[in-house]
Amino acid sequence: MGEQKIRVLVAKPGLDGHDRGAKVVARALRDAGMEVIYTGLRQTPEMIAESALQEDVDAVGLSILSGAHMVLVPRVLDLLRTNGQSNVCVFLGGIIPDEDVPQLLALGVSGVYGPGTSTDQIVNDVRRLAAGRQAGA
Amino acid sequence: MDLAQEVLGGNRLALARLLTQVENGTPQGLAALEALYPHTGKAQRIGVTGPPGTGKSSLVNQLALHLRRSDSPRRVAILAVDPTSPFTGGAILGDRVRMRDLSGDPGVFIRSMASRGSLGGLAAATSGLAAVLDAAGFDVILIETVGAGQAEVDIARLAHTVLVVEAPGLGDDIQAIKAGILEIADILVINKADQPGVEATERALLGMLQLAHPSPHIFRDERRHHHLPDLEPVGQVSYLPETAAKKAALQVSAQFDDWIPPVQRTVAIEGQGIAELATQIEKHAAHLHSNGGWERREAARLQSELDELLQQALIARWRQETPAAHYEAVLERLTRRMLSPWQAVKELLEGDRL
Repeated sequence: MGEQKIRVLVAKPGLDGHDRGAKVVARALRDAGMEVIYTGLRQTPEMIAESALQEDVDAVGLSILSGAHMVLVPRVLDLLRTNGQSNVCVFLGGIIPDEDVPQLLALGVSGVYGPGTSTDQIVNDVRRLAAGRQAGA
Repeated sequence: MDLAQEVLGGNRLALARLLTQVENGTPQGLAALEALYPHTGKAQRIGVTGPPGTGKSSLVNQLALHLRRSDSPRRVAILAVDPTSPFTGGAILGDRVRMRDLSGDPGVFIRSMASRGSLGGLAAATSGLAAVLDAAGFDVILIETVGAGQAEVDIARLAHTVLVVEAPGLGDDIQAIKAGILEIADILVINKADQPGVEATERALLGMLQLAHPSPHIFRDERRHHHLPDLEPVGQVSYLPETAAKKAALQVSAQFDDWIPPVQRTVAIEGQGIAELATQIEKHAAHLHSNGGWERREAARLQSELDELLQQALIARWRQETPAAHYEAVLERLTRRMLSPWQAVKELLEGDRL
């Protein structure tokens, strides 16, 4: 009864077909006691925003290895904002060049986790940010 | 900023937030549920259950597509339940992976739920979430259970029509005559019917149907809320009308003996057999409406929900009225085997009255 769970959407936007990383992160978040909605490959930003809304998630994790992050991420952030979900934290994984990171953070991305990041760090960041959202909701 | 009003007004973000509140059992969620209650009772609830890997999510996807593409499209909500890990409390909810065809349609709303410790194939809050979606104006609510084996029959109480989805090659014919999940089927679906072994599966299911109508014992072993103590062994304590509810529920199934569950083959990923399945569902709904079965199912469901709430409320009230020290003292004597569990219950309930 009356328990509050952290809900996270893990999605792969764009056209690359490698979801190993997304699955590792999904599994780590699950093992940390969170409810992870996994949507699979080749999601459009519209599909991701719609899922985030219907599932009322606290966070959205995007895994992008295609190089299209500077197109896809702003679009997801825009749609979340349009839907009234600007308080949902969005974090990134995959192959993101260092020089793009400052701009992504400035856009509102909460964290960029490249290869080699420990899952503990992701779990702790998501937990902290989600707690902030739930307290403010 | 009243969530219930916004939900009635068609605000999808408010709907999503209210579903979370109800799922978490918050006071705001319960208050909104109460406010919405007069608006419920219109939706058709269709349950989809069956073993893991038989294609339930793909079937739900196709059924929803079919309902949306019909001449008079119906608004469809989907509740998809996946299991919570008993070790970490976390869950991976992956049913949306098979439902991407429904994306972008404002007449569809998909919500994933974790079972959160419930063992009957649904989550404790599934019924509440279905009520919210009903009030929000969805005509059909498709409820997909966790991959269920032989005992997860909660869906039989919540749905008007239950589809049990099987697939070729999952078990021999003795599996088909065991008690449990097959007995709650209003419609049997053999999905993946393009796979080898489909004839044998169909033969086993048809044989099972000929052997027996649904047993009236189906609801006798129904899941008890696991945090509630089992009071039944105390013979004279029969203040809970629980047995009456169970009987009502099983009588409902007995009254449907005149409905022989059809066996429908489908290949969900190719959309084969879906139109036929939808026709069977409509036939079953018409059958329920024609003989008063719809109302009886509603009444039985409400009675069992009432009894569950009553149990929770009685226990909560009893806890409030009973000093913790008294409970601890009885527990201490129980663990030292100075009392039997039945004597302990008697002691606690009678001590309460003094």
